[in-house]
Amino acid sequence: MISIEPVAAPGAPLARRNPVAKVAAALVFSFVLLATLDPVAPAIAIAVELAVLPLFGVRYRVLARRALPLLLSATGILVTLVLFAADQSGRVLLEAGPVLVSTGVLRTALGLVLRVFAVALPGVIVFATTDPTDLADALIQNAKAPARFAVGSLAAFRLVPLLGQEWQMISMARRARGVDAGRNPVAKLRLFTSTAFALLVGAIRRGTRLAVAMDARGFDGDTPRTVARRQRFGLADTLLIAGAAALAGAALTTSVLLGTFRPLIG
Amino acid sequence: MGGVLLRGFGWRHAGRRAWAVRGVDLRVEAGERVLLLGPSGAGKSTLLSALAGLLPDDSGEQEGTVEIDGLDPRKARERVGIVFQDPQTQLVMARSGDDVAFGLENRGVPTAEIWPRVDEALRRVGFPYPRDRSTAALSGGEQQRLALAGALALRPGLLLLDEPTANLDPDGAALVRGAVTGALDADTTLILVEHRVAEALPLVDRVVVLEPGGGVRADGTPDAVFAAHGAALAAEGVWVPGHPIAPRTAAATPGDLLLTADRLGLPPRLGPTDLAVRAGEALAVRGPNGAGKSTLALLLGGLLKPGVGRVTASAELAGADHRAPPHRWRAPALARRIGSVFQDPEHQFVTSTVFDELALGPRRTGQPEAAVKDTVAELLERLRLTRLAAANPYTLSGGEARRLSVATALATAPRLVICDEPTFGQDRRTWRELVDLFADLRDAGHGIVTVTHDADFVAALADRTVTLERQ
Repeated sequence: MISIEPVAAPGAPLARRNPVAKVAAALVFSFVLLATLDPVAPAIAIAVELAVLPLFGVRYRVLARRALPLLLSATGILVTLVLFAADQSGRVLLEAGPVLVSTGVLRTALGLVLRVFAVALPGVIVFATTDPTDLADALIQNAKAPARFAVGSLAAFRLVPLLGQEWQMISMARRARGVDAGRNPVAKLRLFTSTAFALLVGAIRRGTRLAVAMDARGFDGDTPRTVARRQRFGLADTLLIAGAAALAGAALTTSVLLGTFRPLIG
Repeated sequence: MGGVLLRGFGWRHAGRRAWAVRGVDLRVEAGERVLLLGPSGAGKSTLLSALAGLLPDDSGEQEGTVEIDGLDPRKARERVGIVFQDPQTQLVMARSGDDVAFGLENRGVPTAEIWPRVDEALRRVGFPYPRDRSTAALSGGEQQRLALAGALALRPGLLLLDEPTANLDPDGAALVRGAVTGALDADTTLILVEHRVAEALPLVDRVVVLEPGGGVRADGTPDAVFAAHGAALAAEGVWVPGHPIAPRTAAATPGDLLLTADRLGLPPRLGPTDLAVRAGEALAVRGPNGAGKSTLALLLGGLLKPGVGRVTASAELAGADHRAPPHRWRAPALARRIGSVFQDPEHQFVTSTVFDELALGPRRTGQPEAAVKDTVAELLERLRLTRLAAANPYTLSGGEARRLSVATALATAPRLVICDEPTFGQDRRTWRELVDLFADLRDAGHGIVTVTHDADFVAALADRTVTLERQ
């Protein structure tokens, strides 16, 4: 099951920042890093990310668990590049049949893996420290997002954990009806498709009922909405974004000074 | 505030030939408490939607007029609050207090006033937790109380309740009724749809009965209406007090053992449980919410793998698979031997017509097509579904969907039938049919296991009761 609850200590100085500021800081930090293909800048960025982690109140073990899917994709990149890279420059380290591993390939692969981590970790940290309700509130109040979109998504989001239970119930109900796939892959695919369809039908019906209930409480009204929970965007939030930009810039500068900088374009 | 006036009101949903409700003349004064009754399909829910202003112009065709305090309901939305049946699909936010605040935000209530009004609404419905309690952690009854608080916080002149307790166990239902009693102001008008009449009567002072073909059949005090129309209403499926249903106890002593559970459990959902089911016996499994009743039904039905202990099918039930426990059987073999009926009928529907739905099991278990047709025709007839043979299962009413889901489990003639809350939210007519159907099966030598909160159903059918404790 995908966990969507925030896991940070709520009092941590950066976890308390405005959710929009946190998202903006993560975006700024990630985008700057996208500019280079070298391994040095992302390595510095990862070091920075790990260094600021305590300020967000996230423990390293929690981050490791949340970043597990990243590890899988990183492994995928490594294997793909080692097996299929056209650029086999540098010293040959290993040759076993069609598999040829050279230092050049390893350098490219390392750069890519580091980039994946450096770019994705800020997002992981932000969502580990941000309550979805607070994010929706801040999007409406500080980023001027339409309430219909932000609150609507939030309400839909609340139904997501139900889908897992629903899937299990539908699968069991099908078995009770005498429908299973055994070992036949075609039958498996068909069963999967029809279960997914039943899940979708149920989700749409629930979504429609929820929408009616929301409108019954004035969600579709013309009255300008007020807010029950004030989200403030202060100097500290601006500084968070500026800090993210400055640190990402510093990582790039270091890479340029060391001569490892390889621009994405050009 | 909250007066209702209907003149010749009718509504036909777009794309439907029949009118959902028609020819209704009704005046409800401010502060009245009305129970709206009628057989399934009389248009009660449609009428409530119209009063709540939730029928957009382009979603159907209207006849006559409907007014709230002299206004079109679509323009009087601020005066009306409504609570629906399903708690899952009316809570919006992750925290309880935020959910009550949601409506106040929509109506533009100033921030400083929001939280005092949230607290007041939560207090009025007797909500026992702090504001930041997660809505997902609430029981069904607590969620419905929260939904009621969300409606009351908007201070409606007219409160509409559309079967607010139909999806709840008896404790949860009592909780919600208590909250309604305690929370209403003297000048708030209440219109309640509820077919469990005895439980609803303390809340109302007037009963209005809709006629399925159109118009109002009866209108007056509960005593007057039930004296004149009680028997007819009971026959049509309304739970009128004072019309008991004769129990159907077993005609013969139970036969051979079909299924045994030894220290069967699935921690943390169900602790170790011993149980035996015999042919020709109806066994009821009861216990509070959270005791693991549904989990037990799934384990006995061979649908979940036991965490501890085991399920053993007798040689007679297991046939060729007597060496393996039921959860290891292939699905067609399972469906031939043990039929499971789920709490939510829609989980069980696989095809796009009622006919195919009933034919699916027999076809999967290898019956010839001619025999399949006979089986289906007989089941359609027996469960009053013949005229719906070509309908999509997802378009059926609650009672029809329940009858179909039971019929699908019976189509493969399993020796053992396991049902999870088969009578939830059912009207009296379907309820009585279910009792008769299961009693007939039992008397024909089938074993029946029913997981249920419904004490009346247990009294009417069960030969033996097993009670689970809360984990």
